Amino acid sequence: MSLSSRHLLGLHGVPKEDIQLILDTATTFREVLERPIKKVPTLQGKTIVNLFYENSTRTRISFELAQKRLSADTINFSTSTSSAKKGETFKDTVRNIEAMKVDMIVVRHQSAGVPNYLTRISKANIINAGDGLHEHPTQGLLDMYSIRERLGRMEGLKVCIVGDVAHSRVALSNIFGLKTMGAEVSVCGPSTMIPLGIESLGVKVLNNIDEAVANNDVLNVLRIQLERNAGIRIPSLREYHHYFGITRERIEKFNRDIVILHPGPINRGVEISSEVADGPYQVILDQVTNGVAIRMAVLYLLGTMH
Amino acid sequence: MKIVLKQVNLLNPDQKLDQKNDLLIENGIIKKVGGIKDEDIKSSQVFEFENKICVPGLFDMHVHLREPGREDEETVETGSNAAAAGGFTSVACMPNTNPDIDSAEIVRFIKEKAKGHLVEVYPVAAATLGRKGEALSPMFELFESGAVAVSDDGTFIKTAGVLRSVMEYSRMFDAPIIEHCEDDSLADGTMNEGVTSTILGLPAIPNIAEDLIVARDIMMAEFVGARIHIAHISTKGAVELVRQAKKRGVKVTAEVAPHHFTLTEDTVKSFDTNYKMSPPLRTREDVDALIIGLKDGTIDCIASDHAPHSIEEKEMEFIYAPNGIVGLETMLGLVLSELVHKKHLTVEQLVEKMSINPRKILKMKIPQIKDGEPANLTIIDKDIIWTVDISKFKSKSKNSPFDSRLLTGRSVAVINNNKMYYEDRFFDI
Repeated sequence: MSLSSRHLLGLHGVPKEDIQLILDTATTFREVLERPIKKVPTLQGKTIVNLFYENSTRTRISFELAQKRLSADTINFSTSTSSAKKGETFKDTVRNIEAMKVDMIVVRHQSAGVPNYLTRISKANIINAGDGLHEHPTQGLLDMYSIRERLGRMEGLKVCIVGDVAHSRVALSNIFGLKTMGAEVSVCGPSTMIPLGIESLGVKVLNNIDEAVANNDVLNVLRIQLERNAGIRIPSLREYHHYFGITRERIEKFNRDIVILHPGPINRGVEISSEVADGPYQVILDQVTNGVAIRMAVLYLLGTMH
Repeated sequence: MKIVLKQVNLLNPDQKLDQKNDLLIENGIIKKVGGIKDEDIKSSQVFEFENKICVPGLFDMHVHLREPGREDEETVETGSNAAAAGGFTSVACMPNTNPDIDSAEIVRFIKEKAKGHLVEVYPVAAATLGRKGEALSPMFELFESGAVAVSDDGTFIKTAGVLRSVMEYSRMFDAPIIEHCEDDSLADGTMNEGVTSTILGLPAIPNIAEDLIVARDIMMAEFVGARIHIAHISTKGAVELVRQAKKRGVKVTAEVAPHHFTLTEDTVKSFDTNYKMSPPLRTREDVDALIIGLKDGTIDCIASDHAPHSIEEKEMEFIYAPNGIVGLETMLGLVLSELVHKKHLTVEQLVEKMSINPRKILKMKIPQIKDGEPANLTIIDKDIIWTVDISKFKSKSKNSPFDSRLLTGRSVAVINNNKMYYEDRFFDI
């Protein structure tokens, strides 16, 4: 079995079989991660560049660890300044890196579409590690993996994405992936955080968090980015927490068996209370472990394609 | 020198002219329409232009020539060459150069650079100093030195107070204010806002960013009694606002760029920065409204918004790449292919929107095709099928999304200022 594309740019349009294959492959690697020796020789001799144009700790570490576990040679290229400001064009940077003969590029960038552009100027396999407000497919996959791990399925589940959906690449990848796998997806947040036309993706829009808690099997709680929202999209973090924050009282009010996901980093006391973040409903640290397995699966499947 | 255009279809709605005839031009002046003596033909260079259409020289009232400041992208000369190749004998160039066209010196500098070329270049001066939307530009000296209109193109005039002042002051010259209608507090984006921008995760610009400023400008023009010209109109709502305002007698005119009635936001799915424009490409509904607006006269003219950018700038990441495309050399072909051959506009309407109306808006004489008049002409082959090849562009920049596109119709020759451009070269006539 192999994937239908040699790149992973997003989950939009990715067939069900591909997602299934990645998740199943990740299950195998998840076992590897429990062994005393967590390394397999699968990608020995392959060179992977992590091209990070945006600050990221956990995603980069997760990818790097996945690459090391697969015995690939990895190089990190991190910069928070755009190539435009640096004076070298993005294209030149990529061509320079490619001239060093790399097999795969993992890219994170502030601009949507950069991974797509890379496929046009590079021969390497391209993996999107987050582009602008567009997609973050490995996050979507690890979220789905974590849901499946906890609830045994995705088909027919009700999943609500809570928070700043308009400024979230995690939301889009979740929506595309989960819908493909047969889940029922809704979004919940203040109207200023819900993007135009999201309903036409087959997503229900809720403005009431109690309704979201009462009617869903899974809540994927997004990080409220303080710098992005000051004063314009929400009046204050306090008001947000009060009306949209996920708290123990809110969950227990409906006495629900609910699964709480969060892509991290967590703003405790804003989108989620500490009690919930550390409580029995959450799978937040499982998501982190699963993230390594998912990235191993993606790297393995793309890196061994012919 | 004498030239004869044989059996060409002479068409000028402004003089109710529509006839097939021979045209004798001597030293740049139209000597005779029809009835040309054999001896004149023998002593002339003869062009067999049967089935070609000869119209008053086309005028593109919205181009960016980048000089002074970005001569690596375009100069007055290369832009003029591109204009001639695209079938234009005149262009009006926008003031967002570096420095801006906000002083008589810069107006004169551009006029000087343009001197002696077949193509006439008319500078549009900044409406406010440095296009900052704060202090009035020195309009007396700007118009005196040759500016034909004022505009802060690239951005809108930010406050209603300054807009009022600009309108009142420019009213003294009966010159239009050409406004780039986009409220930048809503237009901090890279493509049209809607489902597509949501799916692509690109920061977006809603239609209302344009509609609001069009509405504001129309109301202010009505209040002040000034003339407002809406540049590159792109939304259904803005077309309707202009339509209603014209009915009320407001002195409003509007232009549309070919990419806005040819392409939709769907093209952005490729993340190709040649589809990144300001205003952005809109939806099919907007495109349809623009075409209806062209048909019913709400939209007065078609202008390219020719915006040359260097390869390295357009190859930047989507959110960082600059807006705009070169348009001079594809505009006529697109108008013929998308509007005339699809029966939305007649050739007469094309001539009105690409030659007559821009001159009316800028208060210029419309070239006449009759004895004794200077020859200012574009000769069009409306049926020739050709493929756009950006490597053949005369423009210094090649940022066009229309590369490899098959078009029907283009200009064959242009004549103006005692010069002719034909088969890729200029010569004196």
